[in-house]
Amino acid sequence: MSLIAIDDLEKVYDHLAESLDSIPAEKRELFLVKLALLSANQLQDGSVFQQLINQAKVFED
Amino acid sequence: MHFPATQPRKSLYYQYQVFPHFHSQEPVITDAETVTVVGAGPIGMTTALLLAKQGVKVILLSSELQLSEGSRALVYTKRSMEILHAVGAAEKIMSKALPWTHGNSIYKGQVAFRMESPTSEHDQYAPLNNLQQNWLEHFLLETIHENDNIEVRWGNNVVNHVQQDDQVTLTVHTPEGEYQHTSKWVVAADGGRSPIRERMKLRMEGASYEGRFVIADIRIKLDYPTERLAYFSPDWNPGNTILMHREPDSIWRFDYQLDSTVTPEEALKPENLHKAVQDQLKMIGQDHLEWEMDWSTVYSARALTLDNYVQNRIIFVGDAAHLLPIFGVRGANTGFQDAQDLSWKLAAAVKGWAAESILGSYTFDRVGAAREIIAEAGKSTRFMAPPTDGYKLLRDAVLSLSLEHEFVRPLYHWRTSRPHAYTHSPLNSQFDDNAQMSEQTENGALIPNIKFADGSYLYSYISGRFSVLAITENGQLPQALVHEVEQLKAKDIPVQLIALNIDGQKVEAADRNLAINTDIAQQRLLAQSGAIYLVRPGHHINGRWLNYRENALTQTFEQFANVENGVAA
Repeated sequence: MSLIAIDDLEKVYDHLAESLDSIPAEKRELFLVKLALLSANQLQDGSVFQQLINQAKVFED
Repeated sequence: MHFPATQPRKSLYYQYQVFPHFHSQEPVITDAETVTVVGAGPIGMTTALLLAKQGVKVILLSSELQLSEGSRALVYTKRSMEILHAVGAAEKIMSKALPWTHGNSIYKGQVAFRMESPTSEHDQYAPLNNLQQNWLEHFLLETIHENDNIEVRWGNNVVNHVQQDDQVTLTVHTPEGEYQHTSKWVVAADGGRSPIRERMKLRMEGASYEGRFVIADIRIKLDYPTERLAYFSPDWNPGNTILMHREPDSIWRFDYQLDSTVTPEEALKPENLHKAVQDQLKMIGQDHLEWEMDWSTVYSARALTLDNYVQNRIIFVGDAAHLLPIFGVRGANTGFQDAQDLSWKLAAAVKGWAAESILGSYTFDRVGAAREIIAEAGKSTRFMAPPTDGYKLLRDAVLSLSLEHEFVRPLYHWRTSRPHAYTHSPLNSQFDDNAQMSEQTENGALIPNIKFADGSYLYSYISGRFSVLAITENGQLPQALVHEVEQLKAKDIPVQLIALNIDGQKVEAADRNLAINTDIAQQRLLAQSGAIYLVRPGHHINGRWLNYRENALTQTFEQFANVENGVAA
């Protein structure tokens, strides 16, 4: 699998962080779920999205 | 002793009649061809009418002295209307019911999704039809009164039952005391809280959802078309869903979820009901209108079924057999299909043309339907009334996206009740060409209805008995087919031979000729000249052949003797 270019990823990183900061705390969760659904639609692949969910569910502690 | 209310129930639109009670000083023992139906709701009455249509006598026991209270079941599908047509009540019902096709899901004042139920020129009824349950029962009772085979016994409360090998004895309490009623077959149509089911301690499988819902019926002159209105997360009640349905007689139903911290008693207090209705009217800009409260109730969403509807000689139908969420109109509409499937099988056992084991297929076919409905209903319920924080977040995200993003909008569309196909029914022919023919009209599916040139419909000709539908041309039918159907009739099987003439040439040997054309044969029946459908008394396909095959109809009926009773697979 090819990786997202580092400068692109840095843009995503900053923009997501700034967006989270600009959104009231009680709306952040909703924002992230909306973002996830929009991404799923863009992916147009339910099984890939399932894998992403599983990967995100892994916590190191 | 049993003392049902003797005062007519209150209603702004329906005048209740109180009927005299029945009592017997002697024990009642019915003859072998009489079925006792316990419960005179829509499903009990429909079962009684369908049985009576097939020559079975029915005694219908109602614990009350009048019809049920409030609008309750309200929305009836096309399939339900087709079944109600078969009992002779549909015309009366449609003289008052409001047909509709569209549903609107509204968020932040915008229609986020508009649902249109598909229709066909061959449909006799609209996809959905609104009528208060008391009015529906009224028309069913009128139809029962036209029928000599049914006797309604009001004020008869069944308090106990004892099953023996070949009969059931009910202990009945009436305003005059107690008597024993013995019958070979008892149909338990005694509703969601079924006392018969409770006494038998039968467990139901499935899920109960958190959350309770309020129904408030008000009389108001609201100038909206008959369409379902669903308001998601309205400003006055964030996170909640409010449904509005038009009913006849200027009645509107408001249906909304209760906050989990509010008790049903609290919710039903007049001031709280009033506030909810007024807030909703204000949101839609109609709070200047005068209105009056008619009836209200609280219900909870459950998706439960018994795993066996046939308990020796007591057979469960409708809500007594299963409790299904009303989202997607699955309550009474499922019950009508139970009634239709049970009635011809029970009539077959009572009349003796099939072994009693045929009733095992009622459990198989209808528990299968209930399980399919439970799986589908879960999806609607999870969107309408999210059970957990996760589901709530997803629902809210969909609402929020829906105004700008089309891709989420179909999630609003809760799947409405559709007729179950008895695809794996043990009764379906194992001696036919099912595998080689189009899946759309596979065994177990409904035979598509057909509107004929004279305005009549196929279903009007094929209800209440088996039909061999043969697509014919040149006025020809195989002589062996005619002979085979005669042989089946000689075994007292209620079967008729219908020739569907594609070239207008009638077949003399057929019981009935109906003119279709090649297009209808191909587009509706997906079949060519020579093809044969064997259709059940309830319109479901039981076998089909590309061409007549000798003895295959007979073999199919012989299968009916080999149904294993018990739990559906």
